[in-house]
Amino acid sequence: MSLVDVTDLTVEFGALRAVDGLSFRLEEGAALGLVGESGSGKSTVASALLGLHRGTGATVGGSVRVAGTDVGTASDEELRRLRGGRAAMVFQDPLSSLDPYYAIGDQIAEVYRVHTRVSRRAARARAVRVLERVGIPDPVRRSRSRPHEFSGGMRQRALIAMALACEPDLLIADEPTTALDVTVQAQILDLLHTLREETGMGLLLVTHDVGVAAESVDEVLVMRHGRLVEHGPVGAVLAAPAQPYTRELLGAVPRVEARRTAGEQPSEKSGGPLPDARRPDADGPRADSVRADGPRADGRRAVAGPSDEVVLEAHGLRREFGRGKRALAAVDGVSLTVRRGETLGVVGESGSGKTTLGRMLVGLLEPTAGEVRYEGRVSSGVNPAVQMVFQDPVSSLNPRRSVGESIADPLRARARGGRGARGGRARDETAVRARVTELLERVGLEAAHYDRYPHEFSGGQRQRVGIARALAADPSVIVCDEPVSALDVTTQAQVVALLGELQRELGLALVFVAHDLAVVRQVSDRVAVMRRGRVVEEGPADEVYESPRDPYTRQLLAAVPALDPAVAARRRAERRRAERREPALT
Amino acid sequence: MSEAVTEAAAEAALASRAPGTDPASVPGASGARQFWRRLRAQRAALVAAVVVALLLLVALAAPLLTAIEGQDPTTYHPSLIDSARGGVPVGPLGGIDGDHWLGVEPQTGRDLFARLVHGARVSLGVALAATVIQVALGVTLGIAAALGTRWVDQLLSRITDIFVALPLMIMSLALLAIVPANFPRPVLVTLVIGLLSWGNIAKVVRAQTLTLKGLDYVSAARLSGWGTRRIARRELLPGLAAPVITYAALLVPQNITVEAALSFLGVGVKPPTPSWGQMLTAADVWYQAAPQYLLLPAGALFVTVLALTVLGDGVRTALDPRAASRLRVGTGRRREHRADTAAEKETSS
Amino acid sequence: MSGFGGLPGFVLRRGIGTVLTLFAISVIVYVVFYVTPGDVAQITCGPRCSPAQVHQVAEQLRLDEPLHVRYWHFIEGLVVGQDYSTGTSVEHCRAPCLGLSYQSDQQVTGLILAKLPVSLSLVFGAMVLWLILGIGTGVLSAWRRGRLTERLLTALTLAGTATPVFVIGLILMIVVCGELQLLPFPQYVNLTDDPEQWAWNLLLPWLSLALIEAASFARLTRSSMLETLAEDHIRTFRAYGVGERSIIGRHALRGAFAPVIALNANNFGSAVGGAVLTETLFGLPGIGQELVHAVNVVDLPVVVGMVLVIGFFVVLANAVADVLYAVADRRVVLS
Repeated sequence: MSLVDVTDLTVEFGALRAVDGLSFRLEEGAALGLVGESGSGKSTVASALLGLHRGTGATVGGSVRVAGTDVGTASDEELRRLRGGRAAMVFQDPLSSLDPYYAIGDQIAEVYRVHTRVSRRAARARAVRVLERVGIPDPVRRSRSRPHEFSGGMRQRALIAMALACEPDLLIADEPTTALDVTVQAQILDLLHTLREETGMGLLLVTHDVGVAAESVDEVLVMRHGRLVEHGPVGAVLAAPAQPYTRELLGAVPRVEARRTAGEQPSEKSGGPLPDARRPDADGPRADSVRADGPRADGRRAVAGPSDEVVLEAHGLRREFGRGKRALAAVDGVSLTVRRGETLGVVGESGSGKTTLGRMLVGLLEPTAGEVRYEGRVSSGVNPAVQMVFQDPVSSLNPRRSVGESIADPLRARARGGRGARGGRARDETAVRARVTELLERVGLEAAHYDRYPHEFSGGQRQRVGIARALAADPSVIVCDEPVSALDVTTQAQVVALLGELQRELGLALVFVAHDLAVVRQVSDRVAVMRRGRVVEEGPADEVYESPRDPYTRQLLAAVPALDPAVAARRRAERRRAERREPALT
Repeated sequence: MSEAVTEAAAEAALASRAPGTDPASVPGASGARQFWRRLRAQRAALVAAVVVALLLLVALAAPLLTAIEGQDPTTYHPSLIDSARGGVPVGPLGGIDGDHWLGVEPQTGRDLFARLVHGARVSLGVALAATVIQVALGVTLGIAAALGTRWVDQLLSRITDIFVALPLMIMSLALLAIVPANFPRPVLVTLVIGLLSWGNIAKVVRAQTLTLKGLDYVSAARLSGWGTRRIARRELLPGLAAPVITYAALLVPQNITVEAALSFLGVGVKPPTPSWGQMLTAADVWYQAAPQYLLLPAGALFVTVLALTVLGDGVRTALDPRAASRLRVGTGRRREHRADTAAEKETSS
Repeated sequence: MSGFGGLPGFVLRRGIGTVLTLFAISVIVYVVFYVTPGDVAQITCGPRCSPAQVHQVAEQLRLDEPLHVRYWHFIEGLVVGQDYSTGTSVEHCRAPCLGLSYQSDQQVTGLILAKLPVSLSLVFGAMVLWLILGIGTGVLSAWRRGRLTERLLTALTLAGTATPVFVIGLILMIVVCGELQLLPFPQYVNLTDDPEQWAWNLLLPWLSLALIEAASFARLTRSSMLETLAEDHIRTFRAYGVGERSIIGRHALRGAFAPVIALNANNFGSAVGGAVLTETLFGLPGIGQELVHAVNVVDLPVVVGMVLVIGFFVVLANAVADVLYAVADRRVVLS
């Protein structure tokens, strides 16, 4: 009998069918990856395995058997025994997944005591043992800490320890590394791998990241809109996808090994439309609306490729937060140059200061020391010529103003500042509307979107609006702060392609701030690697990626999940060796 | 006495204690229409709104209503009370008859109906006017603290803290003692309540302004080249409307209770001006002879505060459906709502 | 990161803040009360004072001296005590001296100390009741969410929040003491004299004050628990087979701690206001009743003294609550 046997599973939330006729099996000790973009229903499947939809108002159809328990018909008591006892779950956000008020060890002990009749003391001892097993140093002391005293990676380890407490047959991991930095992600994936080798438990890994799946599972199941798209051995599916959607998904995944193809982008990446009319938030710009020769009001000529002229410079930038003894330098002496028409990638993990640096470059934050120069002159405060595209497509647009109004802001501000004339207000208004319409169309939206509100758009579309707003100021530099990290991979590819096109066409300089090494390589001419407020390495992208000088850069690159399971296994071995060699870096 | 308000204040205090940028708490765009739709969907809030509207109508039409009855709230009717029995109203049921619809006041013989409807005028008028003062002060100082320099913020926040800590009833009691008796009492009570208890709303406004200020769309507006004033007007103020309205809706019943309490203690609105709280001062002595003298003002207070509280809750739900929906478990919408959130989680995963 | 390391510093900062707040309150109260419009001496003394009495009051208030000097004397009296002439003799008023009552020539400090036990009995007794009733009701309605119990409790607590404390007190008194005659009309008995009678006589005042406050605690407890129940970590424990009893009693209730503490501080001021009403209504000889009396006869030193003492308790309660809050939610200290 299989460990997991799902037949014709359907989950409906009211009128929404989140999972639609899904069947699969997972044998004892095997590892299956559920891969899909947001809205594919993959997490709903994971919850269904533990019967977590019971009592929530969701309608579950079909049958689910896990470790011999029929989840659909089991009594509440049987279900409780299954949860945590036979099958344990690890969640995405390790901070919110633990009770903030109790010590980690107590929480693990509590779960253990639900399934095993032992004393409090014995349960605490068990908690310490599993914490030690997942690699928490000084587990006796750390078991008394609360979740907020742990780092992100440690918290995820603690959650895995909780899962291990009752020695389950199946581990369900729902996006276990999505909230983590890439080096920490590698550690957690390695840990999962080791534990699976040692305990022989089965693994069901839910992830949006094909690379994470390639690293960790034997079989992969691709989902879309609640349905199965493709199911097979991970090597086969990733190397030779049979379904068009799988091919499209894989094609959109940025590869850290691939050199940037300057100038000509492959056609499927340049905002290629997804033939998808069913989903309302599908992010397919119409191919004909993305014109390569968008009209320009000011007639500035398109510049192809970067020039040597420096537009933006940072000199010894430093920024502290807090005062006195508790002051912390988020950015600590960073000097950079950005040339006209080039893309400078700034890559770093959380806490590296990259966002703070971006905000200082556009003048939203005043540096504590050092200066920003625009075209050779020291600039302080905001400068219309240096614009920004923000990370969060939700909070970057005012929900109470139509997107047209938001895009028109820079135009209106300039009209006010420039002329101050009373007459011609109506003419101005017409000109503004015309220009906004032009910008909307340029970024792949429609003129009719002018009067719509942000909540009517998908994440990718909102990011396009953000780009249009930045363009409205006629900038020569755009700082993009994690512009695609909140987007699905296919949408991500489209937005990246759009930025590339705009750059070539308008001669824009881009500063592309991101945590994703592959995306940064895909867009950048030059790359700066940041760590703890400093730039540890800077240079042409290919040089940095192919022959990194700094050990931290090497560590980062080694941690990026590979799409080829064979490569992934080799990298894992390399990481283990590197860890023995340079343990201080983690 | 101001449970709903303090509860909201506690929530606001929590919000400001654990600052977090939660763009999801910013209500959606289509504003007023959506608000009305959501408010109408709540039956209890709708009933409360009707009750509040009726009360306002009664308060506005008080002179007209008493004219129809043919009485006024201040005329003594010594003939209608039995001074031999200590001043109880003559006749059954506390003196109810065709001329005096709800009977007369013990001891004075003043018409009870007239005093009750004129009392509504005083209660609602004082409460609403005090709310206007509180909101004006709170919004101004809250925004100033959030947008000002560090020193301005420190100073205003400390002042706000002091006003939050001041016990409102005690300070009002004391202040009302020292103002000359010829100052019009309803205006005085309004001023005292309004000027003393704006602290919590200022805190709420400051916290919300700080949250909004940190949102990316405000940064984007700065990058467009607009100045602080325009950004405050276009990007910040609309975002403050929801919490301010919510809070103001909760302040009105609080103010009604405070006014009633002060008048009950004999330091608020003084005779001959009628007020519900003041009518209750002597009610315990007369409850056997004229039960309506106790029950009517008490009932009026209860219904008014209840209706305003329910309406306030409804307004909050309509303005911030996400926060409210978490608490909505138990109504008929439970299933849909759970489904919504589950679907939401799935799409955002 | 050490979770608890910042706490002493936090307590210190909060303590300094409390002292500053008290100082500010004393300045405000002093300025407001002694820079009143009109003839201060006349107002202070009351409308029936003779010119000689008014003159005496003016002298006692040192009205010829500038305000800050007078305030200094007031603080001096608080810290080291002061001598007062009462016409013929000189009376020493020991620190903390809040001056002399114009009605009775008694020392305000002594007056307050005599009344304080009554008020403390009322407020703290009621506080125990309202916390038990409020949190209990809140937990019950969160546990039985979606069922009849919850709806009934929700309706009850809503009615509770809408009833002014003097209305519920009046009704309780009339029904319990007047109609049913289950209890005699309350008369304060000292705790030290007869604890049983003390409690029986305070039962109705406690109930009237506590029922109203309990309603808001029930609402807050319920809403905080429901909010916690919607959080991710509850899902974790559900997914690990932890039972509903433990989820409600251990995890959801813990999430309601901090808000309840914050509310208790926030409500303390209004509860003290409620205590004034309760004392007046039931005729309990506490600070509140004395304050209302002093206000009605415009006995300013008594009013100022009482406002300061009550303000002291409220500000202190707020500070204690802040520290408790920090202990309950240690992340506060860190941020």
